[in-house]
Amino acid sequence: MKRDLVIIGGGPAGLAAAIAAYDKGVRDILVVERESRPGGILKQCIHNGFGLTRFKESMTGPEYAQRFIDEAEKRKIEILTDTFVTRLTDKKEVTCMNERGIFTIQARAVILAMGCRERSKGALNIAGTRPAGLFSAGTAQKYVNLYGMLPGKRVVILGSGDIGLIMARRMTLEGAKVLCVCEIRPHSSGLRRNIAQCLDDFGIPLYLQHTIVEIRGKERVEGVVVAAVDKDKRPIAGTEKVFECDTVLFSVGLIPENELTKGAGIPLDGRTKGCTVDGDRETQAEGIFACGNVLHVHDLVDFVSEEAEIAGSAAAEYLFGGERQKRLIPVQAGQNVSYVLPQRLDAASESPQKLYFRVTGAIKNAVVRVEGGDGVREWKKIAVAPGEMEHITLPPAYFREAEGLCVSVLAQEA
Amino acid sequence: MEKKSFVCIECPRGCLLTVEEGEGAPRVSGNFCPRGKAYAEAEVTCPRRVLTATVRGKTQRVPVKTRGEIRRDLLFSVMEKVHAVRVDGPLKIGDVVLADVDGEGTDLVAAANYDGE
Ligand SMILES: Cc1cc2nc3c(=O)[nH]c(=O)nc-3n(C[C@H](O)[C@H](O)[C@H](O)COP(=O)(O)OP(=O)(O)OC[C@H]3O[C@@H](n4cnc5c(N)ncnc54)[C@H](O)[C@@H]3O)c2cc1C
Ligand code: SF4
Repeated sequence: MKRDLVIIGGGPAGLAAAIAAYDKGVRDILVVERESRPGGILKQCIHNGFGLTRFKESMTGPEYAQRFIDEAEKRKIEILTDTFVTRLTDKKEVTCMNERGIFTIQARAVILAMGCRERSKGALNIAGTRPAGLFSAGTAQKYVNLYGMLPGKRVVILGSGDIGLIMARRMTLEGAKVLCVCEIRPHSSGLRRNIAQCLDDFGIPLYLQHTIVEIRGKERVEGVVVAAVDKDKRPIAGTEKVFECDTVLFSVGLIPENELTKGAGIPLDGRTKGCTVDGDRETQAEGIFACGNVLHVHDLVDFVSEEAEIAGSAAAEYLFGGERQKRLIPVQAGQNVSYVLPQRLDAASESPQKLYFRVTGAIKNAVVRVEGGDGVREWKKIAVAPGEMEHITLPPAYFREAEGLCVSVLAQEA
Repeated sequence: MEKKSFVCIECPRGCLLTVEEGEGAPRVSGNFCPRGKAYAEAEVTCPRRVLTATVRGKTQRVPVKTRGEIRRDLLFSVMEKVHAVRVDGPLKIGDVVLADVDGEGTDLVAAANYDGE
């Protein structure tokens, strides 16, 4: 089977990419989705706060996803559900599996939009038994929101990621008692809004620089031992406290789902755990693009949609015009910056380029500095924090002659 | 005189706001800009939130939300009403599931399309 454009994943990234490619003239599009409905993880994110940037209103996850499902339906874009992509090659061969069997599609262009999954590491190095009652926050979210089942009545949450915070509120409203959230680092990784509205509203304590050192219980969780940690994250003896609970949720971060990408031998970035891409979101394999959480973990789905539109439009351009002549220059993460995306920029591009980045620590009165192009450019930011992705836009005149760019963030001198 | 402190969530700067309540209007300090003052005043006089939850459908849960913010102190009593709801028949986003759910005129509406199954 041959198709012009195959998109792997029918979440917000895959849908927005398909719509953008269609609007640029591509008609032969296939979106492959392993679940029975499109929409991705947003199906289970029933809380509101989505779409503030893009639609200037606060929507729930399903409402946000529906906007894109409707647009895809209007264009009659084909979405093949209940179908797993099991293999990808750098020659754009996509192997799928569903109840009709296994088949391989030869695509002319591919967009990776497989999203991310939850890290489970946090569960591994804790002493004690492995009784029932241990869940990742996302799994708990699925139980409560999709199946209407409450995983437990007395809950301790490890990690202050957004999904854990959201679940603290959700389970409290459903009648559970959330005893506390423990965060091993000195700052929370969740959005401030979520700390205020999910924890403070319900009097749920957040213990920073604390971790779970032991899980108790045989068949079912009966309690946990929580301890303070020192600056090297080692538990401090004598600070242990016991919490009686029947459930522990882990909310310790997300990681891009790149098994297929690795199988195709496409290089990944050690920091983002996604592909390294250029401004078109094209990976190092020609004609294969990536967007959304499979590329880097986003905290706001609005930026996922924007990135997917870049990838979808670029894939269309590739399908109609072949690989463009590009002069790729590296974009580096400088002081206080953990990564910049895209990692490469086409210096021959005629359009302004937006760079997304994350900082390594919170800085108030920050200055973003870009060097390597036409002089040094600076932007002031009231505050930056690792949990919130930042961006700046560069005009073509800035990078036309550049050999490489570097983005750093500094504290403004008083 | 009562003093309360909390972090402003209106922008990433995250000012630590302090509100002193006494006679007359509450006094806000610590805010870098007027948005912080407005936020702090609303938080101490009458905090309001959108409530999202799910209700029982035939074979699946149906996401719902309050159309607009309701009083924060009513969240749990509204949840009790939400728990009692059972929907049958298809719903579109925005369709009213339970009218005036907070007793102050706010409706509970569908937050996803539901095919009735
Ligand atoms: C549990 C959880 C909760 C989250 N909550 C929020 C939140 O509250 N707010 C927020 O802004 N962001 C949240 N996120 C981040 C969220 O994932 C993104 O905002 C957004 O959904 C990313 O869109 P996406 O399309 O990149 O990924 P996804 O929504 O994850 O979509 C990826 C799709 O690809 C499909 N897929 C993956 N691999 C294959 C394969 N091999 N074959 C076929 N199909 C495949 C999946 O089934 C899925 O439908 C959450 C993430 C998780 C994991
Ligand atoms: S007071 Fe103003 S500057 Fe400070 S956090 Fe609130 S909105 Fe931001």
